[in-house]
Amino acid sequence: MSWTWFHRFGSPPYFYRFAGRWAPWFLGISIVLLLIGLYGGLVTAPVDYFQSEVYRIIYVHVPSSHLALLSYTWMALAAAIGLIWRIKVCHAIAAACAPAGASFTALSLVTGMIWGQPTWGTWWTWDPRLISQLFVLFFFLGYMALRGSIEDRDRADRASAVLAIVGVVNIPIVKYSVIWWNSLHQPATLIREGGPGMPIEMLWPLLVMLAAFTFYFLAIMLMRARVEVLRRERSGTWLREELARTA
Amino acid sequence: MSEFLDMKGYGIYVWPAYALTLGALWLNVWIARRQLRAARAEARRRLAMLEQNP
Amino acid sequence: MNSRPSALAAAVAVLERDLVLAARRPGEWLQPLGFFVLVTVLFPLALDPEPSRLRELAPVALWISLLLASLLALEFLFREDARDGTLEQFALSGQSFTALLLAKTATHWILTGLPMVLAGPFAVLALGAPAKAVPGVLLAVLLGSVTLSLIGAIGAGLTLGTRRGGALLSLLVLPLVMPVLVFGARATARAIAGDELADAILLLGALGVLSLTLAPLAAAAAVRISME
Repeated sequence: MSWTWFHRFGSPPYFYRFAGRWAPWFLGISIVLLLIGLYGGLVTAPVDYFQSEVYRIIYVHVPSSHLALLSYTWMALAAAIGLIWRIKVCHAIAAACAPAGASFTALSLVTGMIWGQPTWGTWWTWDPRLISQLFVLFFFLGYMALRGSIEDRDRADRASAVLAIVGVVNIPIVKYSVIWWNSLHQPATLIREGGPGMPIEMLWPLLVMLAAFTFYFLAIMLMRARVEVLRRERSGTWLREELARTA
Repeated sequence: MSEFLDMKGYGIYVWPAYALTLGALWLNVWIARRQLRAARAEARRRLAMLEQNP
Repeated sequence: MNSRPSALAAAVAVLERDLVLAARRPGEWLQPLGFFVLVTVLFPLALDPEPSRLRELAPVALWISLLLASLLALEFLFREDARDGTLEQFALSGQSFTALLLAKTATHWILTGLPMVLAGPFAVLALGAPAKAVPGVLLAVLLGSVTLSLIGAIGAGLTLGTRRGGALLSLLVLPLVMPVLVFGARATARAIAGDELADAILLLGALGVLSLTLAPLAAAAAVRISME
């Protein structure tokens, strides 16, 4: 593994073309996996003893939560590399992660709330998982707000990179503090997690959905990153030729 | 089929959750596609201006 | 022989300079304290002043007021020096930028945070806490306030020069300092109830140490980026 691989991806035209080629494939794979997972989760997975049919929300809630965290981490990683090695493509990738990540986080919260109503009798509860996701959402929103407040794109890239790195360090601290806070009151674990107790017919759709969401994230991240690369490109002959190519 | 939709009475929770999720996924793709078109048009415009004012 | 002053000497110089400048305009530096007292007073007014309820309210009032007043104070941590070019001088001076900014943050805390820390016990006493709670409350607020300043400096650096910096500063800093609130309020509540508060204090301390080691680096990076 040589550094040329690294340098190649750092080159805007290479990345633009790479992303353009692979994003549709990742999206296609994610759609196929989504359909399989939906079939498994809604049709073949058995009824739960405690939560009857409503536990099926797990098949959209858990993937959303995991992707929320994954996308923030990915964003922070890209931002850090972009900041340290001054690679614009990495900043483009980081910027691309934010809207999708915020969507996943919001989805996680909303599906969690919908799940909560029939199972706990209330839309909202101060459950550690919901609160942690809420704070991840705040981190995303803060990141996007900071980007929006700085006109110069390069400065915005770098300032938001610092924020993303600070945020990613904070996420485990926030999670721990909420769990610690919550342990003082000992409520039952309210959101049913998949775990070793889950029969395989229930588990495999969850894994498929997780994979589907992951491929989706890769696809959407590549798609948005192309937009961000274009926005950051001043001139460059590759641009002219690339724009002339496809419509 | 209607049993499937009803989900033992929980359908009113399950289906909106799924619909919102799929809707959000689709929306993100749609917005990304639109943004790409706009960015390409903008880049073309920028290049054209550069060519006119060397 | 022209030896460069040590980093410590430079930091002390910054400290002295800031203290002297602050002494010329005490009003500005007392505003956060005034805000702190005012907001603390508003809590019992907004609620029913029944003694046991007030005592329960004390940690909440104390920490929310501390948080909000600290955010207010953070707005002017770097503002003046950014405006008059002093920060640029710091960057060009050849001294460790991180150390100089940390010195500024320390002075800022002494002038804004420390008064609130000292006022904290009075606030909880006024809200019906027993006198034996004071040492625990003092320790909790001390640790929390220092951490707030350290983390807040990052937000202050990131929002330097943005137009409506204040609101954005709060939006960025509050999620980051939420653990301070959780541990600090819990420690205060335990102190007032007379319970064991060692674990909460230790967690606050751990946050403080972590902030002291990492936050100044982030703050310095943030300020440098904002100055371009």
